Parts: sequence; C-alpha cells; structure tokens
Amino acid sequence: MERKTKINAEDGKQEILITREFDLPLELLFKAYVEPEIVEQWMSTKVLKLENEKYGGYQFETTDPKGNVVFRANGVIHDFVPNRKIVRTFEMENAPFDAQIEFLEFEKLSDDRSKLSMHIVYRSIALRDQLLQLPFAQGINMAHNRLQDIVNKLK
Amino acid sequence: MNLRRDVFQAIADPTRRAILLLVASQSMTAGAIAANFDTARPTVSKHLQILTACDLLEQKQEGREIYYYINAKKMKDVADFIEPFREMWDDRFNKLETIMKNYTPKK
Repeated sequence: MERKTKINAEDGKQEILITREFDLPLELLFKAYVEPEIVEQWMSTKVLKLENEKYGGYQFETTDPKGNVVFRANGVIHDFVPNRKIVRTFEMENAPFDAQIEFLEFEKLSDDRSKLSMHIVYRSIALRDQLLQLPFAQGINMAHNRLQDIVNKLK
Repeated sequence: MNLRRDVFQAIADPTRRAILLLVASQSMTAGAIAANFDTARPTVSKHLQILTACDLLEQKQEGREIYYYINAKKMKDVADFIEPFREMWDDRFNKLETIMKNYTPKK
C-alpha cells in the first residue's frame, strides 16, 4: 500500500507537519479548499460559512441522520494568498481542546502535480498527543454505534 | 493468507474494531462473540484469527472453552501511535483528489 500522506510528529513537540502530493494541478488543489460544495464532499461535513479572505472566518457542522449535531468546528482566517497559502485557526466546539493554528502551503510541482504542506501548532505537547489519538477513539465509537444498531435489530 | 498482518490493517476493519470493543469489556468465547454479529460464524473466526495473529487478542483455555482476552499493552501501543491520524487525512486527501480529477468548471 502506497502511503501518499506523510506525517511528521516529533516526540516532545507541540506541532506536526502533514505533507501530501496530489496528481492535480495546483489550481484544482487550491479550489478544493475554497469552494464550499467541494470542501463538504471531501471533509464529509456541512460548510456553514467559508470566507476566503484575510480576517474572514469559517464554520463546519456535521449532523447525524436524525439531525443531531455531532461535530462543529470553526476558525478565523489570518492570511489568504490564492494558490499559495492559507493561515487559519481551527477549534472544535463543545470539546475539551483548545484552538490550534494551521499554516497551509500549496506548491506547484509540475503542470499536473502539486503539493500541500500543513503545519499545525497546538497549545501544548499533551494536547497534540491527545488529538493525534482521537481518530482511533472515533473509530471505536463508530464501531460501537454500529454494534448498537445490530443489537437494536435483534431486540 | 498471511495472518502476520500489519496491526493497523487489523483495526481498519469495523467488525474487528467492534470485536475488540466487545472483548475489552469482558473475555468471551468465539461463539459468544459471533452471537453479537450478523456475520457468518466462519467470518468472525477469521477476524479472531487475524486479531490474535497481531497480538491484539490472546487466547486462554478454561476447561473445555477457549476464551479471548484483549491484550491491553498492545492496544495501548496502537492507541499511542500516529497511524490512525495519518489514515484519516489520507482518506480525506484521496477523496479530494478523486473529486478534483472529475471536476468540470462551472460556466
């Protein structure tokens, strides 16, 4: 299995670096970050607000099939340079995690290849480590929900 | 089939995660585990083999029955590790790439 997305998380640091090379022209990669309908598709969340400009803000929300909000996140955009750079904060609402700052850099590799570098800085080392483990916890929850569904069907 | 698989491949499967969750609460026999799933019994057995081969589960003979236990230490190694986080981003970026490859600009 080819590992296209690379993560560099050094021990004892409160930051991580995510890098990924895409088989896409730079303009298309950047567009996937600025068009709300496209962001919704690959992030699997609803986009309530997305202001692609300096001093702008954004808000994401995910609801379950019953309409309950299961995830909400927001942030402000500090810098926005088309096809080059986005600097923004990110914070999950109703979660015991502080805001993080994200530096996204977009780079042209060739006419049809591009690269994204995402540098995320957290408030503390402990918080970073906790957040890195979160997807696994979510996976377990998802499995749990599925199990609950199966159990409910048996009743 | 090579059962000595990567442990992260093992936990990538939702049924196997559900099995780990079940066994985490109490040790169980294969039959009791299988009773919790719609899946056919041999399929559950295969999942148990894979989880045991990766040391996520341990077997212990008690009388006539074989009980499955969670290997807490191995589970912790997995939870401490960064791989699930990387996979989450890899999934998202794969989706992004597919969507944009099929993208046609609006007029």
